[in-house]
Amino acid sequence: MKLYNGGKIITGLVIFLGIFLAPLAYNAGKAAYTQPKLKMPENEKECIESKEFMRTKHMQLLDQWRDWALRGEGQRFYVNSKGKQFEMSLQKTCMKCHTNKAEFCDKCHNDASVTPYCWDCHIQPEGLKK
Amino acid sequence: MKAIYSLILVLALVVIATLGAGAAKMQTIFAYCVPGTAFAIFVIGFVAKVIGWAKRPVPFRIPTTGGQQQSLDWIVQNKWDNPSTGPQTAMRMLLEVLTFRSLFRNTKVLLKHDDGKNPIVAYVSAKWLWLFALLFHYSFLVIVVRHMRLFLQPVPQFIVAVEFVDSVLQIYTPIVYQTNLLILAGAGFLLARRLLDAKLRYISLVNDYFPLILILSIALSGMYMRYIAKVDVMAIKDVVMGLTTFKFKAVPASIDVSFFVHISLVSTLLAYFPFSKLMHFGGVFLSPTRNLPNDTRMHHHENPWNNPDIKPHSYEAYEDEFREPMFEAGLPLEKTPEEAA
Ligand code: HEC
Ligand code: HEC
Ligand code: HEC
Repeated sequence: MKLYNGGKIITGLVIFLGIFLAPLAYNAGKAAYTQPKLKMPENEKECIESKEFMRTKHMQLLDQWRDWALRGEGQRFYVNSKGKQFEMSLQKTCMKCHTNKAEFCDKCHNDASVTPYCWDCHIQPEGLKK
Repeated sequence: MKAIYSLILVLALVVIATLGAGAAKMQTIFAYCVPGTAFAIFVIGFVAKVIGWAKRPVPFRIPTTGGQQQSLDWIVQNKWDNPSTGPQTAMRMLLEVLTFRSLFRNTKVLLKHDDGKNPIVAYVSAKWLWLFALLFHYSFLVIVVRHMRLFLQPVPQFIVAVEFVDSVLQIYTPIVYQTNLLILAGAGFLLARRLLDAKLRYISLVNDYFPLILILSIALSGMYMRYIAKVDVMAIKDVVMGLTTFKFKAVPASIDVSFFVHISLVSTLLAYFPFSKLMHFGGVFLSPTRNLPNDTRMHHHENPWNNPDIKPHSYEAYEDEFREPMFEAGLPLEKTPEEAA
């Protein structure tokens, strides 16, 4: 088998393989991935909504809260599907149960590589930090 | 019609994935077997295709490229458009791959009229194709890089940075990536161009429409997952990491079917890639008008497909061989039979 300009073409193919197989190499030899272990609130049993809802739609809920609380009629209380009332607040509600941002929100967000910009302004209240 | 066939093909894929992973509960097949196989086909097919090209003899240089070729010292050479050395050619290739200069030269033919109402054929520059092709390709690249967040653990800082830049406008939640919109604009334009321009419609085939519609549906299914279905990203990362570490687990039940539709479409793209026009990804590097320096006056080109058994045959030898019949036919000769004798 004769390759014309074989040297250059093989170099190109090696680069191609290097790029496309890099994810496999990067993960090679590492333990199987497991979803992060979250530090759950100790004295509470239920979140605002069901666990499934919270896992996938918490950003949507927060976004709605922000809109309802600050735009619209400035309605500050949210009634969940079970009829329980919560103040619509990132710092005062979410973070009161999920006191440790680093061991909860950030755990997922690091793995999913999401950096919510909320924390540019909102802070995790010192009093709630453990 | 051809666009409709392509649309039906893509819709069929969507239906297969929906029924297969949803109703028929074949999540494992759709989560691991299909994408794994497709990736293998992509990598092996790509390499095989390029090796196949490498076996073809390299043609004589094609120096019909824009710009002044190397000439006398006082004539300025256009080094990147008409290179005569290796590094200059590499530069031309780099610019072609990164900035699509060939598309930048795209022109459109117009029929205009001068003052006396005489028709004039005019060629005017047409940059839309270049602009939207550029948007499309770079968006695609950024999107692929961004997806690596699901393939790598821990996520490298570089990918976080790409995501940050891509979502810097901070619109909506989940945050909107600019490339999401740009890829729709880019691919949408490329499709609309084929559908709306009669000349292009005439030369477009199913294998022109199919990849475009496929890529558009991949983008749309991805956006559907993120903004509408709100899939469980953590569970999906679990599955994807299983694929890249070869440590497969049971597929979590919380994963929405739209994920399986999305990866089925991506798998189709990967498996189809080596056999399609999309191979211009590898092919651009092997285009003779881009990768051969214009040095025909500096180097002797040995035509690689010449048969070495066929020796050079000069005109004199030719005349010696056929002098008699040529003379009889009254053809002009360098030497008449008498002179040759
Ligand atoms: C009343 C206390 C409380 C409040 C307020 C609260 N949570 Fe929770 N949250 C919990 C508990 C308890 C769980 C575990 C639920 C379970 O396991 O069923 C949980 C679970 C979650 C989960 C799913 C984690 C997982 O994968 O298991 C997310 C995401 C979450 N909460 C986000 C939020 C956000 C965002 C807010 C504010 C909008 C919020 N929570 C407010 C108590 C709370
Ligand atoms: C530019 C700074 C800024 C950023 C970024 C920001 N917020 Fe806020 N947010 C505010 C301010 C100011 C208020 C008003 C506080 C008030 O009136 O109670 C507020 C209020 C809210 C409220 C309702 C009241 C409360 O006490 O929480 C919610 C919910 C909220 N923000 C959610 C978010 C979320 C979610 C994000 C990220 C996606 C975010 N915010 C990003 C500045 C910001
Ligand atoms: C079960 C894992 C998990 C937990 C726990 C979690 N998140 Fe998230 N969060 C995610 C994922 C995954 C996304 C991104 C979804 C996507 O990429 O489509 C996200 C996105 C967000 C976004 C939108 C970011 C954007 O740029 O669009 C906000 C805001 C957010 N989370 C807030 C929180 C807060 C506040 C907490 C803690 C109270 C929290 N999350 C806990 C998984 C989690």
